[in-house]
Amino acid sequence: MSMIKGYRRSNGKFGIRNHLLIIPTVICANHVANRIQQAVPDSVAIPHQHGCSQIGDDKERTHRLLGGMGKNPNVGAVLLISLGCEVIDAKVLKQEIEEETGKPVEWLDIQDAGGTIKAIQKGSELAKSLFKEIEKVPQVDVPISELILGVKCGGSDATSGLCSNPALGKTADQLLNQGGTIVMGETTEIIGAEHIVAQKAVSEEVANKLYAYVNKFEKEVERIGADMRGGNPSPGNIEGGLSTIEEKSLGCISKAGTAPLNDVLSFADEIPGNGYYFMDSPGNDIECVSGMAAAGVHMVCFTTGRGTPTGNPIIPVIKITGNEHTAIKMIDNIDIDTSPVMKGKETTEEAGNRIFETVLKTAQGELTKAEILGHQEFSISRISISL
Amino acid sequence: MSKVGYEQDVTSIVMSDQDNVATLLKDVEEEETLLYVINGQKAVLTAKQSIPFGHKIAIKPIEKLATVIKYGEVIGAATIDIEPGEHVHVHNIEGIRGRGDKAEGEKQR
Repeated sequence: MSMIKGYRRSNGKFGIRNHLLIIPTVICANHVANRIQQAVPDSVAIPHQHGCSQIGDDKERTHRLLGGMGKNPNVGAVLLISLGCEVIDAKVLKQEIEEETGKPVEWLDIQDAGGTIKAIQKGSELAKSLFKEIEKVPQVDVPISELILGVKCGGSDATSGLCSNPALGKTADQLLNQGGTIVMGETTEIIGAEHIVAQKAVSEEVANKLYAYVNKFEKEVERIGADMRGGNPSPGNIEGGLSTIEEKSLGCISKAGTAPLNDVLSFADEIPGNGYYFMDSPGNDIECVSGMAAAGVHMVCFTTGRGTPTGNPIIPVIKITGNEHTAIKMIDNIDIDTSPVMKGKETTEEAGNRIFETVLKTAQGELTKAEILGHQEFSISRISISL
Repeated sequence: MSKVGYEQDVTSIVMSDQDNVATLLKDVEEEETLLYVINGQKAVLTAKQSIPFGHKIAIKPIEKLATVIKYGEVIGAATIDIEPGEHVHVHNIEGIRGRGDKAEGEKQR
């Protein structure tokens, strides 16, 4: 069994990074959150556009996403920054993160603090003391069976379906064979291939949940009254040779490997156990990876034919291409090149082994290119209008 | 998909024996001859136009409205008759799924 390194949280969960996370509960708190992050450079902040003028499931989804980011075991401590009059309830968020994880959480309200300058000063002091606390958490070794790996593709081209996704599928099988967990998202990008994913479901109930999520997405496309093509596949996907969403989807699904599908989860729902899970999410790269992070995923393996810089504030994102030109052109961002498979110089299994080695090293603390470059993209997937 | 024939001299790839398209592993010029593997046998085909790396070429005739098959699955339908050796892409095939433009949408502005 392969071993990984990280931090045991008091609720028993295990993280491969030890971040201090600054969460603004509303867009109005972004600036203060960013200034505090600058004052404590080893912290990470997740500025976003929302947190107010939201109701119902849409509000709940934003709440779940922000809370999930705080609960992710890659996070050692949390600082919440609220304005004071927004829809998202910072007090409830603080309570949930504290009670479910036992990690230190502080909360600062800008209106209570008396404005921007005082909030930045007070918040920076809080952040510094939280940082001192998480520095004390010791690093320990645990088996790789504790690892939850997200599999994602974005900026796809024809090579994604031909070699990088099948190779990642081999990696997924290796992790699952060692007792680990795989999460695949992107409901839009199984349209036309959902019957193949559903065949792997452990029960009819799980298969029906999958069909229901796909149906919901397609109904929304019908409501908008436009062809998906041009939005997904995107102009870059099309230039890379992908002609329809069905073709893109059929190339996408191999990245999860061959294991049975244990369950289908709502967006940003906590991953309940080991094995293979599907999480409802948009195909949009940043929204999907953010949802995975909020669901408790430790790390994402991200295949890209065109080449994307996507990272995340709290989870490492490993970039894998199957396009030999992209591997050279986007060398700043690409961690692994699987294109030798297409020349018959390497088998899919061998490329999958190379990805697995990188997953292992990353889970032992080695930084991905996205981490080294400081890529920390974060966004919230909305399901309703702003009021 | 385990039988997919990636070999050093193969210039296009057929993902399943049922497919009517191949994917190009290099930029191809008009009149260039391509080598691919189907049913475990090597086969040749001449490109009718220049086609970029990663794009598809018809390996069988595909009639208008007939389904286009890759990975042994339906990836769309032909909008015009397509001859073997022709480029297969957004100009001559369309998706069947996610077609809100063919549904009664509430147009919003």
